Amino acid sequence: MSTDHAQRATRCLVAKVGLDGHDRGAHVIARAFRDAGFEVIYSGLHRAPEEIVQAAVQEDVDVLGISILSGAHNTLIPKVIEGLQSYDAFEDTLILVGGIVPEEDKTTLREAGVDAIFGPGTSIEETVEFVRQHAGSE
Amino acid sequence: MAELSGANARLSESLLDGDHAALARVITKIENRTPGYRELLAALHAETGHASVVGVTGSPGTGKSTLVDALTKQYREAGETVGVIAVDPSSPYTGGSVLGDRIRMGSTAGDMDVFVRSMSARGRLGGLSMATADAVKALDAFGKDRIIVETVGAGQNEVDIVETAETVAVVVQPGSGDDIQLLKAGILEIGDLFVVNKADKDEAAGTVADLETMIHMDASPTAGLSTGHHGPDTAEANPKGGDTGDESGWTPPVVETVATTGEGIDDLRTALDDHQQYLVDSGEAEGRRRQRAETEIRRLLRTDLGELADQVLDRHGGIERLSASVATRETDPYTVVGQLVDPIESAVEGSLDAESEASEK
Repeated sequence: MSTDHAQRATRCLVAKVGLDGHDRGAHVIARAFRDAGFEVIYSGLHRAPEEIVQAAVQEDVDVLGISILSGAHNTLIPKVIEGLQSYDAFEDTLILVGGIVPEEDKTTLREAGVDAIFGPGTSIEETVEFVRQHAGSE
Repeated sequence: MAELSGANARLSESLLDGDHAALARVITKIENRTPGYRELLAALHAETGHASVVGVTGSPGTGKSTLVDALTKQYREAGETVGVIAVDPSSPYTGGSVLGDRIRMGSTAGDMDVFVRSMSARGRLGGLSMATADAVKALDAFGKDRIIVETVGAGQNEVDIVETAETVAVVVQPGSGDDIQLLKAGILEIGDLFVVNKADKDEAAGTVADLETMIHMDASPTAGLSTGHHGPDTAEANPKGGDTGDESGWTPPVVETVATTGEGIDDLRTALDDHQQYLVDSGEAEGRRRQRAETEIRRLLRTDLGELADQVLDRHGGIERLSASVATRETDPYTVVGQLVDPIESAVEGSLDAESEASEK
């Protein structure tokens, strides 16, 4: 008999990948997610795709939010997704991309497995609401 | 104990096979208290007991995570696999948290033989220590050689958490207050060894001296006279070894480190290994193991009985109705609790009597 109450929390990894050193946006999102009651793991700057994959797998996150402003998204993000697939951790992870992504790249990223892309001007509420609606279906 | 469900049986099998994602999912179930997690842990229990578990605690900003990183690197260089559980506080208002310990674990990032898991306190009273102890079990069953549990502060919750560890290192920052701060309860009692990190700072020598004075004051006057070897019988008298040095033949060393440069990490590793060797030689290890099992049984029992109590409360119309009548002085809390507990007591007695009758036949 397991009687203790189940207590779920939405776990998110906010990740900076590649050489891009601008993390203000990632910090704002991390803080907003925290205030929304999520558990946020922040990767720190300049992570390699393999490090992001390792963190996402080990932390068993519901949401992986990748912040990227360098323009290298077409190279780095597919690598992260392939890594997650190799650990069988892709299906149950909501993948978000935030930053500067040109319109013509969005379809490619979505096809690669990104669930949503948030560009400049997106409100915090919109992002949080998206996570609330789509994350954490076990 | 109930049988494992099909999905959980596969999960535990994958974990034992060394599947990282399975280990991560088991820890999630443990954290969420997902129904079935106890059966899962029960199945893994027999596979545990091989890892050596170290607890690292101290105030925020003392460099715990950086130390853990440096220590992990050394263990990896020696060919050992490492599991780390890093606990950070959660907001008492929203329940949310930012878990930042992982950022400091840079030197082994990308190495899957280092499994780092960040945990939030989630505002669960007492439950956190249970979740941590259970997560340690999962890592142990997975086959990690070394497990490090890192946690902030020296509050009651933290003391409970570090009790899951065989050896506890308390990290102190130079100039973090005078010797009176060290007198405060909780800091000295829980440390099997002390680390003065950022030892390149000017105040480090003073902090080391303060710590050493306190430790020697704490140790029994005869401790200095013995050669450091007690028989197993004296160890039995103090199985927890909680009060530093006292009777246990172990005087906590003070190690100076600069985690960012790796200075003193060798000494720290040696001191940790010395303590683990001491636990084995003195027979204290066995005592501590039993102590941990005892704590665990009591905690589980209390959790389950607490749930029963909630059910009883619901039957009686919920706590609001009862508290209203106490607040208006219609009745008193003692009578209320008496009325709630009496039927449970007689039911327990009844079933115990029936049991002993059955065993007599």
